[in-house]
Amino acid sequence: MPRGKAAVGRVMAQVAMVMNLDKCIGCHTCSVTCKQTWSNRPGVEYAWFNNVETKPGVGYPRRYEDQRQWKGGWTLDRRGRLVLRSGGRARRLLSLFSNPDLPAIEDYYEPVTYDYDNLVSAPAGQDVPVARPRSVLTGEPTAVTWGANWEDGLGGAPEHAGGDPNLTGAWAQKVKFEFEQTFLFHLPRLCEHCLNPACVSACPSGALYKRVEDGIVLVDQDRCRGWRMCVTACPYKKVYVNHATGKAEKCTFCFPRIEAGQPTVCSETCVGRLRYLGLLLYDADRVGEAAATPDEQDLLDAQRGVFLDPHDPEVAAAARASGIPEDWLAAARRSPVYDLVSRYKVALPLHPEYRTLPMVWYVPPLSPVLDAVTGAGGDQDDPDHVFAAVTRLRVPLEYLAELFTAGDTDVVAGVLMKLTALRSHMRGRSLGGDGDETALKAVGFTAREAEDLHRLLAVAKYADRYVVPAAHKEDAAALTALENRCPVESAGESAGRRVMLGMPALRRSTTGDRP
Amino acid sequence: MTATTVMMATNAPTATHAAHTTTATHAAAVPHAAGAVPASAADLLLWVGVPYACLAVFAAGHVWRYRRDQFGWTSRTSQLLEHRWLRWGSPLFHLGAFMVIAGHVVGLAVPASWTEAAGIGEHTYHTVAVGAGSVAGAAMVAGLGMLCARRLLTRRIRLGTDRSDKLLFPLLSATVLLGISATAAHNVLGPGYDYRSTVSVWFRGLFALQPRPEAIADAPLLFRLHALTACLLFAAWPFTRLVHVWSAPVGYLTRPYLVYRRRAATAAAPSRAGRAA
Repeated sequence: MPRGKAAVGRVMAQVAMVMNLDKCIGCHTCSVTCKQTWSNRPGVEYAWFNNVETKPGVGYPRRYEDQRQWKGGWTLDRRGRLVLRSGGRARRLLSLFSNPDLPAIEDYYEPVTYDYDNLVSAPAGQDVPVARPRSVLTGEPTAVTWGANWEDGLGGAPEHAGGDPNLTGAWAQKVKFEFEQTFLFHLPRLCEHCLNPACVSACPSGALYKRVEDGIVLVDQDRCRGWRMCVTACPYKKVYVNHATGKAEKCTFCFPRIEAGQPTVCSETCVGRLRYLGLLLYDADRVGEAAATPDEQDLLDAQRGVFLDPHDPEVAAAARASGIPEDWLAAARRSPVYDLVSRYKVALPLHPEYRTLPMVWYVPPLSPVLDAVTGAGGDQDDPDHVFAAVTRLRVPLEYLAELFTAGDTDVVAGVLMKLTALRSHMRGRSLGGDGDETALKAVGFTAREAEDLHRLLAVAKYADRYVVPAAHKEDAAALTALENRCPVESAGESAGRRVMLGMPALRRSTTGDRP
Repeated sequence: MTATTVMMATNAPTATHAAHTTTATHAAAVPHAAGAVPASAADLLLWVGVPYACLAVFAAGHVWRYRRDQFGWTSRTSQLLEHRWLRWGSPLFHLGAFMVIAGHVVGLAVPASWTEAAGIGEHTYHTVAVGAGSVAGAAMVAGLGMLCARRLLTRRIRLGTDRSDKLLFPLLSATVLLGISATAAHNVLGPGYDYRSTVSVWFRGLFALQPRPEAIADAPLLFRLHALTACLLFAAWPFTRLVHVWSAPVGYLTRPYLVYRRRAATAAAPSRAGRAA
């Protein structure tokens, strides 16, 4: 145990997420339902709190992972202290007037709507009427040239995918974007609700905050003054400027649903059933130390070291002392996220090298390796072929390592071997045999553990995937105050008359607030 | 003294509507305080009524907006939609404005006798004021010009322009241009005009609650127009994006990086309580 016998500090709970990437079919249902729920308003047409991007690919916004350009996340200074990559406090205040590292709307895409009215109102004529695209920003006809997942399914990959910032180094040249020789998978992304959130740390107004109770990172719309430093600081580019209100908005982790004990909209509507929600207990006093771990490749273990074992009586005592209720402790013990992250260690964080300690983790996809096995003439179903591929086929492995382990291929290979052994064992069991216990032993699983993991990953019952304890009724007053309003809108909206001096009349009327 | 305050505060806002009756009241009151040549009714209206009315709107407007409209209290950034002009225009304008404001504080609030007591002669003062003022003014004019240009020429920004911006940009431009023309015409190209013995006396009189309308009444037209548009700018201030000035995040320099909040505290934020009333 990396934690050793150190005393447990302040215990906090966080509702965290894991996604099993092998199951993602890139259907974008999560993105669409999220958009319908949260960002179908003027000013955030271009913003996707949840998006699904094709990997390899440049992502959304374009090349957001290139932190030499965008300056997101944290870095260590010469003395090993944690500093925001976009600069210290004074530097930040000096760039208030013009933020040199803010993505422009073109880096996302120009939002469009269509002249649907023309379809029914066009005069009778020779030609079939069409709905032409029209820019939401200028109201003028425009050509659609980019989108949030323009290279879906590697469409246009030979042209664009080489721009993927993860494709650096000598091995990257071996990634071929030709039909027979390539691999792809989908990467659904939302706000990571980090333990060490760079957006919170960069906000000059202190409007962004992390909730003590459930770790959700939110923007206080009444305190945001539009300094737009959060957008730069977030290495995942998951804080957006609402260009109609001039304020920052981001994924809320559907906190009204979480408070009611329900899964987020993206999780609830995921047709692939690949998302998991559950509690992680962590030691808030060790966050800074873990984020400042010198070697990037040790960050994964450092972050796992911050998480606390809810089954440990000492942890439970410390959690009670920190005010975590008993039913939350019980939920933490049943947490599928804890199992995937810390018990079976098959989930990995996205870009741990950004040092924000992200809290949405991913079970890396085996499919790129399986594709490569088939491509090389091997048999996907033979675990020996897959094991051999995992150790020898560097290309997909190094790419996954770039995404999930700061380049450490051994860790990714270890996880993929676990998944392979699990497949092989359970295939044997389903066909009436005893399963492949030698393969299991090689990756350190017992038959019982394999069954449990199989149940969690493959059977994936609703009640096993989502273990979300409801918020506590002691806070009933707080919950009532929240329930009538849209959390990204003004709190005064439900009170009837609303003052919106800061809203252009054009956009004011589209929000239904006609004077 | 207190009586004068009350009277000014209550009379001032009505001055524009009922010029004759109010100025008559002032005319009776002011010579007492100023103890100088009686000012005309028009001067009283322009240099006592208007400034106090504007200051009253400035103060009350801020209280009202802070309590009612925390959501709208923002810099209203548009960098997302246009960054090429903003990259130069905004820093030029803001840094120029800081220097210009500092210059106004020295020029208006500090009496000439103080600077002389500090060993700064009239000539030195004049040279520094014109030199630094020209640099600051040029930066501010150039910056504001670029900001206005992007607002007019970039369609995305123009469509996102609010009614308050349509008031603010012309008013701010007029104030800045009148100010810099006054300096250019009289102090750079002209023989030099000592506003510290006229405009500054009037300005300090307003805050000392001993209005001296006659001090500015004979100043050159450009100075008077500049002073008037500045008054109007202060009146418009609380209703525009200028409110973001008061949110300058200096506290960021000392606060801890991570901000945690309890859920209960989120719901009981002071602004919300104010709005519920």
